Amino acid sequence: MSIQVRNIRKTFGDFIALDDVSLDFPAGELVALLGPSGCGKTTLLRIIAGLEQADAGRVMLDGADASGTHVRERQVGFVFQHYALFRHMTVFDNVAFGMRMKPRGQRPSEKETRTKVEELLTLVQLEWLADRFPAQLSGGQRQRIALARALAVEPRVLLLDEPFGALDAKVRKELRRWLRKLHDELHITSIFVTHDQEEALEVADRVVLMDRGHVEQIGTPEEVYRQPATPFVYGFLGSVNFFHGRVDGGNLRVGEDLLPHAPHELDAGSEVIAFARPHELDLVPDTHTDTGVAARVMRIHAFGVSVRVELEGLNGLSGMSSGQHFEVELTQQRVAELALAEGQNVRLLPSRLKVFQRNDAIGASA
Amino acid sequence: MSAATTLNWTAATQTADRFESREATREAPWVKWTILGVSLTFFAVFLLMPLVAVFVEALRKGWDTYWSALIHEDALWAIKLTLIAAAISVPLNLVFGVCAAWAIAKFEFRGKHLLITLIDLPFSVSPVIAGLIYVLIFGAQGWLGPWLAEHDVRIIFAVPGIVLATVFVTFPFVARELIPLMQAQGREEEEAAIVLGANGWQTFWYVTLPNIKWGLLYGVILCNARAMGEFGAVSVVSGHIRGQTNTLPLHVEILYNEYQFAAAFAVASLLALLALVTLAIKTWVEHHAGSATPSREPRQDAAS
Repeated sequence: MSIQVRNIRKTFGDFIALDDVSLDFPAGELVALLGPSGCGKTTLLRIIAGLEQADAGRVMLDGADASGTHVRERQVGFVFQHYALFRHMTVFDNVAFGMRMKPRGQRPSEKETRTKVEELLTLVQLEWLADRFPAQLSGGQRQRIALARALAVEPRVLLLDEPFGALDAKVRKELRRWLRKLHDELHITSIFVTHDQEEALEVADRVVLMDRGHVEQIGTPEEVYRQPATPFVYGFLGSVNFFHGRVDGGNLRVGEDLLPHAPHELDAGSEVIAFARPHELDLVPDTHTDTGVAARVMRIHAFGVSVRVELEGLNGLSGMSSGQHFEVELTQQRVAELALAEGQNVRLLPSRLKVFQRNDAIGASA
Repeated sequence: MSAATTLNWTAATQTADRFESREATREAPWVKWTILGVSLTFFAVFLLMPLVAVFVEALRKGWDTYWSALIHEDALWAIKLTLIAAAISVPLNLVFGVCAAWAIAKFEFRGKHLLITLIDLPFSVSPVIAGLIYVLIFGAQGWLGPWLAEHDVRIIFAVPGIVLATVFVTFPFVARELIPLMQAQGREEEEAAIVLGANGWQTFWYVTLPNIKWGLLYGVILCNARAMGEFGAVSVVSGHIRGQTNTLPLHVEILYNEYQFAAAFAVASLLALLALVTLAIKTWVEHHAGSATPSREPRQDAAS
């Protein structure tokens, strides 16, 4: 089933959680709502579920306006960050709950319920836990039971609110893959909320990036990673280095240094912010020119396939105790060539720069 | 009074064990024995001795006197009246307590803080005042007095007054017990139930109630103990009419004032027994509540 939200607005007191958000979620896709905490993603999910009421705007389920439909009639499956399993019921009773609560006419017989619950427990690979209580399960198991419980009522859409947020890194990764597999089997329209960009990029068919109640970009994981539409997206997806500067002919002037770059679409003299991923930067020895941004090597992490170098900017920061932080990823070979050592002064040269016109509100802190 | 502190004594015992068994955290023996000595002496003098005294005094003139004091017509009536007062006020406050706790824990509304504060009023006001309030409202010279007299309804110096006073005094017990409990539990489970298609009643019956049942029982037990033992407020509204408006505590006082010490202590021993039974049930409930709600958010370990 497809979901559309149209011009959704929601405020909590003075805080604007969602500001005129419109989105389409096509049927059968797994979509991630990605953003920092407080960006409105969970609120949007809860509005779609009906657990929260929007101040304005509409939610359409399968083309029909659902704004006036009660939560229990929307046929959504909802998975909570902290599982929200009924702690006084066994795993079996938890999963059976939705079926047992149906009005008398539609309620399946106890035998049908049993079959269905067993089926679902098999699906989440936890049939051997049917008689346990939630407190006796690990976090990962609980979340899978929560998912089975949500699926028991045959929801038209599945909404997951930070489903792996309370789990440790290893379990998260496992469950992530497992969720993707499950979705490929069931093809149920699913939306999941996360603040973890890796999780979103890895699991989703499509990623919706949100910040401060606005949608910043929508696209496949590859699109949003390769072609970030806004400085926020650039900063949020993966580690990134940024330079504040001004367009100066074919170059970008950053403080007293120059970065070779020709942003032809921008007027000379305009204030810009330029981004480069760690692997898009190279280091060259400091030869007292002004090409490249001057920096000092602070730390070299040589334990991976590639070498990560942390640097501190030296540029125009006389008044400050420590300069801007940069991160560069180099091959082992290149590091050997440069004979890099901690404390050495070098210059940063980007192989690729993404330049945005600068306006006041840029959240490029990642 | 709060469930959070009272219901967790098993955990406290474990912590104490751990501290005691380790060299690094163990206190010097004299500290331990001084503190133990002070508290045990205090306990013996102020709690144990009076309790023993009640039973000793009650039985001083033998079982026959004891027994006849209990089956005296007036005593039986006092027992009956006490039970009636408790039987009405406890269910009333049970319903009110659940409603109030629900409203406070699950909804945001204006005047919430006022409500939380007012729930404690019966604890903070002297019971005598509580009784007087009802006399002022329902008494012959009170606001509604003339109207009530006209319609031949007796509240003050009659059973309804006693029930009203008891309801007032025992008002906070259930609510106070449930509010922190329900606030701590939040509404996620209820939300989950609603999303799964449960209606309001089903959500309450199958999800909310099982989660609060031990706290609720705990509140009811305390409420009941107070309802049966209340003296001050009931004393003001009852009028002390023997065989008509005397509850057990009032009966004890009357007997005592008439120098029938053995009889007074005999009836008092009933109340003391009630207190002991209450404590026993309370401990049992605490034990169950402790084992029924294992630590709420144990951090996850490996999946599967």
